[in-house]
Amino acid sequence: MNAIFASDTPSEEGARIIPISAARGTPPPGPSDEADPTSPVDERIAELLALLRRRVVGDYEVDEFGFDPELNDKVLLELIRPIYRHWFRVETLGVENVPADSGALVVANHSGTLPVDALMMQVALHDEAHRAVRLLGADLVYQLPVLGHLSRKTGHTLASREDADRLLRKGELVGVFPEGFKGVGKPFSQRYKLQRFGRGGFVTSAVRAGTPIVPCAIVGAEEIYPKIGDFSTLARVLGLPYLPITPFFPWLGPLGLIPLPSKWLIEFGEPIRTDQYDPEDADDPMLVFNLTDQVREAIQQQLDALLLRRGPAFPPFF
Amino acid sequence: MTHTVLVTGVSRHIGARVAGALAADPGIGRVIGVDTVPPPGLTRGGGALLGRTEFVRIDLRTPDIAQVISAEDVDTVVHMSLVSEPAKSRSTMMEHNVIGTMQLLAACQRSATVRRVVVRSTTAVYGSSPHAPAVFTEDTEPVDVPHSGYAKDAIEVEGYVRGFARRRPDVVTSTLRLANLMGPHVDSPLTRYFSQPVSPTVFGFDPRLQFVHEDDVVEVVRRMTVEDRPGVFNVSGDGVLLLSQCVRKAGRTAVPVPSPAFGLLGMLARTSGLVDFSPEQLALMSHGRVVDTTRLAGALAWRPKFSTAAAFDDFLQSRGMSADRPAALVDWLSGLATRR
Repeated sequence: MNAIFASDTPSEEGARIIPISAARGTPPPGPSDEADPTSPVDERIAELLALLRRRVVGDYEVDEFGFDPELNDKVLLELIRPIYRHWFRVETLGVENVPADSGALVVANHSGTLPVDALMMQVALHDEAHRAVRLLGADLVYQLPVLGHLSRKTGHTLASREDADRLLRKGELVGVFPEGFKGVGKPFSQRYKLQRFGRGGFVTSAVRAGTPIVPCAIVGAEEIYPKIGDFSTLARVLGLPYLPITPFFPWLGPLGLIPLPSKWLIEFGEPIRTDQYDPEDADDPMLVFNLTDQVREAIQQQLDALLLRRGPAFPPFF
Repeated sequence: MTHTVLVTGVSRHIGARVAGALAADPGIGRVIGVDTVPPPGLTRGGGALLGRTEFVRIDLRTPDIAQVISAEDVDTVVHMSLVSEPAKSRSTMMEHNVIGTMQLLAACQRSATVRRVVVRSTTAVYGSSPHAPAVFTEDTEPVDVPHSGYAKDAIEVEGYVRGFARRRPDVVTSTLRLANLMGPHVDSPLTRYFSQPVSPTVFGFDPRLQFVHEDDVVEVVRRMTVEDRPGVFNVSGDGVLLLSQCVRKAGRTAVPVPSPAFGLLGMLARTSGLVDFSPEQLALMSHGRVVDTTRLAGALAWRPKFSTAAAFDDFLQSRGMSADRPAALVDWLSGLATRR
């Protein structure tokens, strides 16, 4: 990070400008090369130790939502990335539709029994669009130990009007899954059929902030845990929205929790502008319903096209 | 023009500092400090904090306060006397906080001279909940209203203040919701918590905390006392620290404890008189609390000098606490790794 800083603010005594590539792990060119033959491995170790030191003494910053960018980029995303690249072989399309540095609302379909699609979308936006997505999650997540606070540290927050408005006002990229549990917990037979889009709260937030809505279609998540049944009574006792039965869960125990390696495609569609409306229009239910339908249609069309394009879920088998 | 200021709660550190800061202001005629007990330092040089403040010993829970206000021609009342932990019992604390405020406001309502009332409250009125938005503004409707302890008192106090403001619209009424105080001289459940050798935390939760430095509190109250700023204001340092981050900065060891056991520990600590852990405290230690301070910054055209992190660092420095040892361990490791 120092390197970026140095090139931004040249100081009086002509500070040596270190190219940004130095921060990416390639040794910096120049006199230091001969004087101190540091290999990329050594540098990586030094970088890791510096990171460890900052973590141990608490020398890092989190934002008001509890987002810890350093932990997210350097640790958590590193852990998820191999799954994104090698397990699901995710291909991301239409990244140019994601604004580079202004506020926007990404609206995506939700599926897969466990919200793995949220994690993959996060990696896609981080690696391809270089943006930290701030997802709005169900309050169930924030009641659970570990999960709730990992979710905050990776930049996500509770799906509430206040939080959505606040993030959009700050120019953040906000992500929502308006189908909620209806989408992520739907049976396998309903795959790639968008469920009802809640009350359209996301549209009101976008209109109030005047930020564009980016429809996003995720293909592949439906096949990771095909939900063929539900222990609904047990789920109710445990206070969960559903307790899935898949071909492998609970029969294989923890092994049944390994997601099937389906092929994934994530596409960001053409943004739907909302800045032509007055922020007051957010209180007009007819406008909100119409916009909600427009976004839903856009995602369903994208989904259908993407599904054709992908072909079989588990190439080359079936 | 402020002539005579009455400050309550001057026997406690922050009240004494506010009284002292007002006494140091040449624009203010007289500063009268009242409390149930005399300031501890009045006889031992600690009175230096109070400056030219005149101390009157009265029990806030009695109507005596009305006599002081009318006899001394008070025009500004600064109510700092909100006790955050039970000294003797919970019921005396509640009486002190709620009945004391009722008596004070009753006296103000009768008074023909009082023009301005500044009341100390706390951000604890918002509670801490997984269902609440991440950042509270002054207008946020609390989702889970605190049902006990200090926070409940503060909610009731604010209710009486709202009623007073409605009945006396000619009096400028300002309510300050202070975040957790932090600084070299602050003695609160939280500062005592960080002073323990190990820090029990709630397993699986890492709350966001905000602190306000005592110097900034004094400055905000001073400004509110001499300016007309009606309304409710959040007061906190900028930025956020996670509990885990605080524990690391303090060089302490976090011991994650499952939530029910944490509550039990808290009760044990309370009975031993070590730390007060009410259910609200448990909620704070699980879900944290962050407030928005835009309104205060806009009204006063001023920002706190200390961010949350700076306030905490100042506290650590004054207690001689730091993360030196873990840092040295990592440095030693780096030494091993880079040696060829």
